Amino acid sequence: MKNKKSHKNPEDRHPFFDQISQLWRNKTAVLGLVIITVFILSAILAPYLSPHDPLETALYDQLKPPVWHATGTWKNILGTDDLGRDILSRLIYGARVSLVVAVISVGLAFLCGTLLGCISGYYKGFRESIIMRCMDIILAFPYILLAIVVVAYLGPSLQNAMIAIAITYVPRFARIVRGSVLEECEKDYVSAARAIGARDFRIIFIAILPNCLGPLIVQTTLGFASAILDMAALSFLGLGAQPPTPEWGAMIAKSRALILRASWVMTFPGLAILFAVLGFNLLGDGLRDALDPRLRD
Amino acid sequence: MLAYIIRRIFVLIPTLLGVSILVFLMLHLTPGDPAELLMGERASEEALQEIREHLGLNKPLYEQYGLFLKQLMQGDLGETIWTRQKVWIEVKQRFPATIELSIVALFISCFAGMILGIISATKQYSIFDYLSMLGALVGVSMPIFWLGLVFMLIFALNLGWLPMSGRLTVGVELETITNLYILDAIITRNWAALRDALWHIIMPAVTLSTIPTAIVARMTRSAMLEVLRQDYIKTAKAKGLSQFIVIFKHALRNALIPVVTTIGLQFGVLLGGAILTETIFAWPGVGKWMYDAVMQRDYMVIRSGTLFIATIFVLINLCVDVLYAVINPRISVK
Repeated sequence: MKNKKSHKNPEDRHPFFDQISQLWRNKTAVLGLVIITVFILSAILAPYLSPHDPLETALYDQLKPPVWHATGTWKNILGTDDLGRDILSRLIYGARVSLVVAVISVGLAFLCGTLLGCISGYYKGFRESIIMRCMDIILAFPYILLAIVVVAYLGPSLQNAMIAIAITYVPRFARIVRGSVLEECEKDYVSAARAIGARDFRIIFIAILPNCLGPLIVQTTLGFASAILDMAALSFLGLGAQPPTPEWGAMIAKSRALILRASWVMTFPGLAILFAVLGFNLLGDGLRDALDPRLRD
Repeated sequence: MLAYIIRRIFVLIPTLLGVSILVFLMLHLTPGDPAELLMGERASEEALQEIREHLGLNKPLYEQYGLFLKQLMQGDLGETIWTRQKVWIEVKQRFPATIELSIVALFISCFAGMILGIISATKQYSIFDYLSMLGALVGVSMPIFWLGLVFMLIFALNLGWLPMSGRLTVGVELETITNLYILDAIITRNWAALRDALWHIIMPAVTLSTIPTAIVARMTRSAMLEVLRQDYIKTAKAKGLSQFIVIFKHALRNALIPVVTTIGLQFGVLLGGAILTETIFAWPGVGKWMYDAVMQRDYMVIRSGTLFIATIFVLINLCVDVLYAVINPRISVK
């Protein structure tokens, strides 16, 4: 007699559903997802959410404290900076800058890294050696140092800082993709694809790559976290976003001189960075547990 | 073993050569005239010509690189662009400060990270475990330049417990031998200076150690959990050994293998993170020096400093690899 529940046999389901439900059960990952949602929504809806223009200076509202201070007002909930600009509005627009930075720099690294990883994993031989030696050279620089040096040469700007971050992240993706592709190439379906005469391009991108997506998704999520952190660090050093761009790291840099007079100017951008990065790290960890048990630390 | 070490060193050579080529080419890959990049846009034609002559910028590239490499082989890191001083003198003075800071930070992160990791692993799924692992994730996500400023605000400006910046209070005498102030103070039995040096290093070291502490804690926890599941731990418990002995004598020893690698790799991360920390706390190390060079657009210092730090980083990674092979008899040295 057939089991009534046979259609719910877990082995019949696509593993994707198991992974989603596993992710959903992971409370910290859900927390990360919530933080990221808030972050992305404030980035997209910045013009509607922010009470003031982030660049508008107000001569008579300089260094107003947050609303819970004795002299704070509801007009500037989180206070104002030394030029009278509303900190809450700058934070909300800052989410936009950080999100764009994360998407572009990680996206660039993802594209280049995946391409290089595919080539070296699939063709092996001298192409692999050359690509992987180049990756080793990039990895021979301590994190952030290479980014700082690249920006130092290209000149400080948000765009150049994104390029610098992208360059430093390429090896992460290249290594992961190469490892997965090497593993997948041994499997029968690749030989089958070759036997029916599929071209290399098709084998790599249609057959192999979708099977390597798990680790790539994890790395991309964690990459968002570190890109936000690194861009904030570069901007803090004066190498990333230039004034008056409302960028969190640049806001902290400007607040250094005011540290005693107005600590709130420094506090909130730092918390914003911390939460945004934490959100992506929480989700990345959850995804790693759900998608790729091999990568668990 | 020796063969393995020698082979690893040989593998390093192409990487280091590649690093030197990359660092060398950066000046030439940047759009525009290298001499103008070095001297600034407002430099006169004579000044540009002079710098071209001085640095050999008008020779073919391969010749310039050959000269660069030859100088490096002789331990010459070149000159600063503005003051034309030997870069090596500055590095010798500043590197000990960075090493001292990194070692203290590494020590803090080993100690704190391993203790957190061990307790979390032995009390898995307890409140302590959840809190410390969430704390570790917060630590990994921390913008340390911000944390440093927060520490500064609380402990230096508001409470007045710790000094704001620098390595020693002005006026404190210390005879420098190694330039590692803590070590120097101990060697010369100068306890006042030792106290002062320790007081100065606490804040920057704790700031710098945040991310490594979190990483070590996570690594220790997962390595311990792996080991605690094994049969020989059950045997040890069944023999009636105390929890303490089982954890520290039986489990920790095997769990340490991956942890040591993680700790070793953090040393390189610290070298990079030092740029931020040293800048905030005005710590006179290599990181602050690099930052100043970037601000003054002294590309000669940037070039030599990058090469120096990258070389140290690569060498440390080599040591970690070798150490890993030494302490883990299970990996066959291929």
